[in-house]
Amino acid sequence: MARISLSSSLAPFTGGETAIELDVANVRQLFAALGERYPELASQLETELAVAIDGEIYQDALLQAIADESEVFVFPKIAGG
Amino acid sequence: MSSTLKPQDLKVVGSRPLRPDGVDKVTGRARYGADVNLSGQLIGKVLRSPHAHARILAIDTSLAEALPGVKAVVTRDDFPDMPEEYAAAGELTINYRDVTRNMMAREKVLYDGHPVAAVAAISESIARQALALIKVDYEVLPHVIDVREAMRPDAPLLHEAQYTEGISPRPDRPSNIAKRIEFSRGDVAAGFARAEVIVEREFNTQPVHQGYIEPQACLASTTEDGQAELWTSTQGHFVFRAQCAKLLAMEVSRIRVTPTEIGGGFGGKNNIYNEPLAIALSRKSHRPVKMVMSREEVFRATGPTSGGNVKVKLGATKDGRITAAQAELNFQAGAYPGSSVAPASMCAFTRYDLDNVRVIGHDVTCNRPKVAAYRAPGAPIAAFAVESVIDEMAAKLAIDPLEFRLKNAAREGTQTYYGPKFGTIGYVETLEAARAHPHYRAPLGPNQGRGVATGFWFNIGGETSASVNINEDGTVALMHGTLDVAGGSRAAMAMMVAEELGIAYEHVRPIVGDTAALGFNFITAGSRGTFAGGMACVAAARQAIERLRHRVAAIREVPVEAVAWQDGCARPAEGSAHQFAPMSLAEIGRVAGRTGGTIAGHAEINAQGAGPGFGTHIVDVEVDRETGAIRVLRYTVVQDVGRAIHPAYVEGQLQGGAVQGIGWALNEEYVYGADGVLQNPGFLDYRIPVASDLPFIDTVIVEVPNPRHPYGVRGCGEVPIIAPLAAIANAVAQAIGIRFFDLPLSPPRVLRAIAEAAGGPA
Repeated sequence: MARISLSSSLAPFTGGETAIELDVANVRQLFAALGERYPELASQLETELAVAIDGEIYQDALLQAIADESEVFVFPKIAGG
Repeated sequence: MSSTLKPQDLKVVGSRPLRPDGVDKVTGRARYGADVNLSGQLIGKVLRSPHAHARILAIDTSLAEALPGVKAVVTRDDFPDMPEEYAAAGELTINYRDVTRNMMAREKVLYDGHPVAAVAAISESIARQALALIKVDYEVLPHVIDVREAMRPDAPLLHEAQYTEGISPRPDRPSNIAKRIEFSRGDVAAGFARAEVIVEREFNTQPVHQGYIEPQACLASTTEDGQAELWTSTQGHFVFRAQCAKLLAMEVSRIRVTPTEIGGGFGGKNNIYNEPLAIALSRKSHRPVKMVMSREEVFRATGPTSGGNVKVKLGATKDGRITAAQAELNFQAGAYPGSSVAPASMCAFTRYDLDNVRVIGHDVTCNRPKVAAYRAPGAPIAAFAVESVIDEMAAKLAIDPLEFRLKNAAREGTQTYYGPKFGTIGYVETLEAARAHPHYRAPLGPNQGRGVATGFWFNIGGETSASVNINEDGTVALMHGTLDVAGGSRAAMAMMVAEELGIAYEHVRPIVGDTAALGFNFITAGSRGTFAGGMACVAAARQAIERLRHRVAAIREVPVEAVAWQDGCARPAEGSAHQFAPMSLAEIGRVAGRTGGTIAGHAEINAQGAGPGFGTHIVDVEVDRETGAIRVLRYTVVQDVGRAIHPAYVEGQLQGGAVQGIGWALNEEYVYGADGVLQNPGFLDYRIPVASDLPFIDTVIVEVPNPRHPYGVRGCGEVPIIAPLAAIANAVAQAIGIRFFDLPLSPPRVLRAIAEAAGGPA
């Protein structure tokens, strides 16, 4: 199971939950699981959020693999000027 | 791709060759947005709202359409309404429902300058006459300009159906606060309880414009079978294509966008304005339509960055360890939601290793132009507040301000409060380099002060494409899709390809491809140009090398494993039993057509692994107590850039960012009248720094390579604008003993504060 931490900024959409464990093999599966668990978060997942998997940040990388014991952070996507 | 190369291995990377676009630019040949023309073109002009907030009751274009020489008029009725649909477009995301309304007002106008109609005519004067003939019936509504006033429950509402997101349960009343966002870590109350010293302050900054020298300009030409060509000055031609297609209900393949040279963007050219209007006018008139904004239009109707109201509270122990940090950031979004308050909240305290943090951000709509990105969007506003408080705390603790930052600095492995742990970063290295710099110890005179401040930006990767074509004489045509936004990235791309291929820089000719020439490329923003563009160019070069090795193996009739690529030649691999005469790139190019066809390498990637950037700035100022004028005496930028591919152009980025930050600190601001109309839409009244205002901006490039990039690049364009606001305010505080909490530090404000401090009239 991967250890998933959600940014505190997402707490209003998850009923306050920010730490869970999920059996997911990639980012797409992670977003699907999060969308199912937190319907209010679903609309943001693919367009507004980034993930850090074991310290590496990924944006728009749905097929990026997540290992069984990975530490994953989900947080707002970044752009810039 | 990971970075394993050491500087001593490099022949081209790290050198300072001339930029490939340089001669065109210094001889006037370079074609910017307004330089593109087609025969038979019309001139397009926009009618803009004179009101800050009004309901549109009716628009009558009949007289304008009847004016001889007018070929087309468009209003809201010529564009399909859009549902709420979010897409990435640079600074956070855009909502197409808002984008179409910002392009052309529908139910209401929401700011002075909001487009209401557009005309295309055979001359500019006729187009202007036509605008004067359009009758718009407005119901003027109360407006709100200031962010704090806009947040009040009784403030005039811009969007009657806007309820604050991020609050649970959903509020039962609409609000100008579009979104509340909160980041927290640890126990802030306990952290403040442990603090021995607490500093709590409130700051205000004004909206400032990116100040690019070239106003927005575009030319559109459509055909009767539904094709469109667009030339425009943009930071992202693929994103502009996507947005135009969406707003005009066209297939993406029917629009070809060619980017012109760009006279600055800095985030302000991430967004479409006139482009869909020009295409729509061209479709209607069957003629090419050119639209060039005036400077007044740029100020009134394109996005500046937010003005902000920021409250900061910081607690520390007497030995200089921060125990808790708290901030509230209230950012103007302008007419539609979507300010940079989220990234600003995420990087407010990120330079520090903190156990207890709480940051709340509010995205607030008000009757100003919709804000756009501006170099490290939002971060300078947050840093002005936080780095001012850090400086004040260091003074209260009698600790050197750089030492105080070092005691609390983020390092590799530091857990950020917004999400991930930091990998390899170079913040401490910039602080130590600043502390060791002679500037930091130089003597100061009367009314002079020295300030320091630091900045952090995330940096990004994103979708990027490149092609490396080996020409028949062994030179290389490099086509990439990340726009060179005038920072010199074409040179950097060519240098990395030359390094990979083992050939001279001068033998690689880089160009930016149009939207029909390459796969999708995200905008040049987020300091991604040289990082992501470089990754794609390197990947394309490596694919070309693989194909060159295979070709030479076939020509020399040896196994491909027997062929190595070294110093621009295919040679026998070390230890291989198969010996053959080496072939240079020129020799391969000459025979390529007769041995299987031309050779190229391509890459279409979504670059990941951007390395965060950190910078530390030192500034000396002198305050004239009689006039309130502040003179910048000396300025040093220290920044970790990962690795400088072309150090001169990296230095240019650091200097340019610092100068823009100096302008933000000292003079720049939007001034609105009581009627909600912008009072200073021009460079005479909106004062940006000019060369005579500035000293030489010294730079120190720190190189802590990004391990995820083949040459260690982090990206460097945004970090340098973050620190100047606070660094200057800190220097002024040291110079005259007065700490400022509101920007800009213009002479009237400074003079007033000096008088107040002396006990005189304000």
